[in-house]
Amino acid sequence: MTTVAASSLRQGTLRRALTPARLRVLFALAGGLFVLNLASATFGQAPLAVLAQAFHGTWGTPYGVGQVLFKATPLVFTGLSFHVALRVGLFNIGSEGQLALASLGAAVFASKLGPGIPAVVAVPLVLACAMALGGSVAYVTGALRARLGVHEIISGIMLNRIIDVAAPWLLVAVLGAVSLRTEPIAASARLPRLDTLAPSLSGSAASFAAPLALLVVFATFAWLDRSRAGREMAWIGKSESVCAAQGIDVPARRTQAMVLSGALAALAMSGTVLGYKGAHELGLGAGAGFSGIAVAMVGRTSPVALVLAALLFGTLAQAGLAINAAVPREAMGVVEAVVILLVAAVASAGEPPASASAAPRAPRAPQAPQGEPPNRAEETP
Amino acid sequence: MSSLVSIAMLAETLRIAAPYACAAVGGVWAERAGVVHIGLEGVLLVSAFASVALAQASGSMALGLVGGVALGVAVSALHAVLVDKARIDAVVSGIALNLLAFSATRLGLRGLYDSASNSPSIAGFRFGPTGTSGGDMLVRALLDPVTLLALAAIAASPFVLSETRFGLRVRAVGENPTAAFAAGVSVGRYRLGALAVSGAICALGGVHLAFDQHRFESGMSGGRGFIALAAVVLSGWRPARAAALCLAFGWLEALQIRMQDASRGSTLATLTQLVPYLATIAVLALGLGRRGAPAGLGRHAD
Repeated sequence: MTTVAASSLRQGTLRRALTPARLRVLFALAGGLFVLNLASATFGQAPLAVLAQAFHGTWGTPYGVGQVLFKATPLVFTGLSFHVALRVGLFNIGSEGQLALASLGAAVFASKLGPGIPAVVAVPLVLACAMALGGSVAYVTGALRARLGVHEIISGIMLNRIIDVAAPWLLVAVLGAVSLRTEPIAASARLPRLDTLAPSLSGSAASFAAPLALLVVFATFAWLDRSRAGREMAWIGKSESVCAAQGIDVPARRTQAMVLSGALAALAMSGTVLGYKGAHELGLGAGAGFSGIAVAMVGRTSPVALVLAALLFGTLAQAGLAINAAVPREAMGVVEAVVILLVAAVASAGEPPASASAAPRAPRAPQAPQGEPPNRAEETP
Repeated sequence: MSSLVSIAMLAETLRIAAPYACAAVGGVWAERAGVVHIGLEGVLLVSAFASVALAQASGSMALGLVGGVALGVAVSALHAVLVDKARIDAVVSGIALNLLAFSATRLGLRGLYDSASNSPSIAGFRFGPTGTSGGDMLVRALLDPVTLLALAAIAASPFVLSETRFGLRVRAVGENPTAAFAAGVSVGRYRLGALAVSGAICALGGVHLAFDQHRFESGMSGGRGFIALAAVVLSGWRPARAAALCLAFGWLEALQIRMQDASRGSTLATLTQLVPYLATIAVLALGLGRRGAPAGLGRHAD
């Protein structure tokens, strides 16, 4: 009797632990693992040996753990950025450009700071400067969408390209840089490495940007859940027309969410510029915006899930470097793409189609009741 | 001034504009069927790589062309399946396919040629006179089989979209998938067909790019897919206008090369490169671009 009770208890906890969201991620990870093993075999390597190498270079050593933290830090910010915009039903594909311009501008600002300014003033100033720049770029997208009905995906892509083309020109023609990097930032604006706290992380690029990212994630989720603005943003994401009928200023809230999203994406520069390079180089942090979309898709249910998702994609990036001698690190890019597609495919299997890519103001197609998967009813015993 | 409208300039414009125009008309085909396609960049890359790899392995340029187009069709059709069958958001699918194309082609470069940057060179197609005069350049550009195929596909697109049963059904699916479905048109099948056509035309651009450079380089699409996307929106989702806009973009780029002003950070070069993007935002902000947008963009039948 007791063994039966114990096993049913264990089954119960197992079932509770494997929520649909977690099963989804596990499924996607299995797919990613399969692709990695396929790549290993194609390059004539034993899959298990490559996996061991990947583990050793990431979670196997304190240095590897530090590097994973370093790679995951910008992704926490960009993932959170994407989540905030999606909350009001907007697709912030422009975080790539928002981050690039903020990183460049704030690095220039930090290089002009005098030596007398203490770190407690310098770091917040530089971060505020980055947030202002990222928020301004996002404001263009947000206002164009909210006031003029310009789709945020088109304007976001165009702004990404504009910043991509204009950044070298800003550096060379406007700022007079000789190489494609900014002047080094003031020493007081640099974020110390984490190995000052934990000496075993020595050599890794993880900095105090990592705890900053944790703080920002939990604070933002709490603000979204508890504040009036945050609640209204969630309602707008559910039903724009109901909110408008209730007297909520939908365009204003949407623009605010977009600006916040841009400002959060801009904070990703804390890990790359303030904590690591000490200057902005062209292309530094590139790709973090797009990876942030993947992070948000995997872990937008809670702050803990978001951090775990960022760690997952940070691990993939670092593992790519660890296996590079045996299997080219580009294999991890393929794995990441497959994980994104699998997560998106499994996530949409039980939900109505996302409205984010629908044309603005276009009426939604009526939802047919048979859109529900037929096996829904069978899941509950 | 005369050098800006010379025959040599015309030849140069045609050569530069071909990949843009192919990608843009491919984009029009996808979006007229109601599928947002930001993966044009990835289709360009993949088809460029496949054409070079196959031409390199077989020694036959024609086989390279066929292989490039085939893989372009495959990637574009995969996008249709992911969006229509697996119900992935088209933007997410596009981003993932771009990442996949970039990483997979680099992986292929390292696996096949042990290089992180480029493939060995291939011959490409060479027809017509070998001189360097403007007339010779123009004849050479016009005799290039890839350019000819692209011209034929672009010229046929407006007719097919507006005069044939297939084209009209593709547009019906793009304008109102629910009504098309109710009228007995298979939304999934027509979207798959339109995306296959889109992939084939866009792939011609990728093959042109690779054969023109006589090799594959990592990331050689260089944002052309996004410029094409700008042309799609600016044209009001009309294939002939999109191709004409790409000719204008190509002329701007040729101008910039002619002025030997292509160095990084030059003010004039930067400004000319920004024209397509700024024009797109301006036209949309003025409310001029929304009239042509397919009403069913991003919507499903059920």
